[in-house]
Amino acid sequence: MKPARPHEPYLLLLPTVLLLTLFFLVPFFVAAKESLYSWDLLTPRTYVGLANYRLLWERGELWRAFRNTLAYSAVVVSGALVLGLLLALLLDRKGRLAAFVRGTVFSAYVVSWVAVALLFMWMLDGEAGVVTRVVVALGLPKKNWLGDPAVALYTLAVVSIWKIAGYSMIVFLAGLQDIPPVLYEAAALDGAGRIMRFRSVTWPALGPSAAFVATTSLILSFQAFDVVRIMTQGGPVHATQLFVYAIYEQIFLNLRVGRASALTVLFGVLVFSLAALQLRLFRGRGVA
Amino acid sequence: MKPRFPVAALVSAVVALVWVGPYTWMAITSFKTLPELLDNPTALWPDALTFAAYREVWATVPMARYLLNTAVMAVLIAVLQIALALPAGFALAKLDFVGRRAAFGLVLVCLLIPAQATFVPVFLMLGQAGLINTMAALVLPFGASALGTFLVRQACLSIPDELIEAARLDGAGDLHIVYRLLAPALKPTLAALFLLSFVFHWNDYFWPLVMTTDDRIRTVPVGIALLREQGSGVRWHLVMAGNVILSAPTLVVFAIAQRHLVRAVTTRGF
Repeated sequence: MKPARPHEPYLLLLPTVLLLTLFFLVPFFVAAKESLYSWDLLTPRTYVGLANYRLLWERGELWRAFRNTLAYSAVVVSGALVLGLLLALLLDRKGRLAAFVRGTVFSAYVVSWVAVALLFMWMLDGEAGVVTRVVVALGLPKKNWLGDPAVALYTLAVVSIWKIAGYSMIVFLAGLQDIPPVLYEAAALDGAGRIMRFRSVTWPALGPSAAFVATTSLILSFQAFDVVRIMTQGGPVHATQLFVYAIYEQIFLNLRVGRASALTVLFGVLVFSLAALQLRLFRGRGVA
Repeated sequence: MKPRFPVAALVSAVVALVWVGPYTWMAITSFKTLPELLDNPTALWPDALTFAAYREVWATVPMARYLLNTAVMAVLIAVLQIALALPAGFALAKLDFVGRRAAFGLVLVCLLIPAQATFVPVFLMLGQAGLINTMAALVLPFGASALGTFLVRQACLSIPDELIEAARLDGAGDLHIVYRLLAPALKPTLAALFLLSFVFHWNDYFWPLVMTTDDRIRTVPVGIALLREQGSGVRWHLVMAGNVILSAPTLVVFAIAQRHLVRAVTTRGF
């Protein structure tokens, strides 16, 4: 349509474009600039060139944050995929019980990460936690879920899976409902059993849903912060220091604006690479 | 098929327990007292249905203030997002102009940028503007929603041009068309957007944590998380009471508007 007046569309878009530019694009230039300086928020800043990046690399902080994030993401993404699919297959039926269970599983997605993190901290408490007590009562070895460097990251991942499995289930359910019943009837006529029907009809049809769940949960897990900040503060011995928490620690605990900015720039690059990957996967598929 | 159903029902019940169990435990703990908790932390039922923990939470932290701050922030953000997404989405969907592709590209790019990737520079910018510890620092960065603009634009595409042209012939201005004609026509989209935005920002811990240090402007999630960090020995009954206060509103919204939320999330999740 032609605009009523020539400047009309620009006026309509002005507030949105202004705010988006100011809070989403300008920050990357600010971060890029700040990453070349050393600054503690109090004394004047000094130009240090690429020293921030070099130090992050040489001290292994960058690699550690990246490796932890990758390990956490791998568990969260595969957990969300497998559990979401199983839940969808289980609950894709009529009836009040299935509807109720779908609601309870999805409700975790709507509850604050803070509530979930605190609740699991309480349940996993080494002394009085209900999980610990059950483990002890069953005669199993007591685990230090959040205090053991070899375990803590995976504890956070499992809590995160509990939180987002409902979301993944909903996406798979939508995918299941899009499969025409004719396909199942045809497969049944060909003598396909349950497993064969799943392999030849359900699984291929759920491909786009799986890709959608994988990419969104990947992006979500790369942004993870709340569970770390609340449950472990990046510890024990940096075992749960994920990328965003590393940035937070640099600026607010170490007062190193330059190093936090350098990490921000690298995190931005990472996020954009993931987004490009998602775009490639979905282009021309008509999903999302 | 018939005899298999009990198996599915049984597994479903176990699944329900895995998700309802923790909530129930949270509620049960919140009704206990400190002596009870020290004596037998895993008692399946509190001695008496006491709201003492809730009263203590209310007395030790400015909970009313937190609730007010959070509600005002979440409503302001949701309203602002809708108010700005309507004209922007309309222009992107319906009007021909130079730069439309670029503007839409900007929206799509911003759709992919999480707050976690911008908080350091935005914190510095807001600090320079003297806005740290203000409502503006909590609301303004989310005032324009890339997701909202995108959703409104998609919904606008299905509105017939004739409807808008007819309104123009009647002498309706832009604002009238956007807020009086489009808004009612896009009600389902806007309702979903409002719900998603309200729930997301009510729950949000990250941004208020980073942008505030002052108790007077803090929100519920930040306040509840602090409850655990304060004092000697964690008093879990208090933390769980706080947890109930924090999650009850979103669970109520969820119970009332489950279908809206599910549809909104499957359209484009975040």
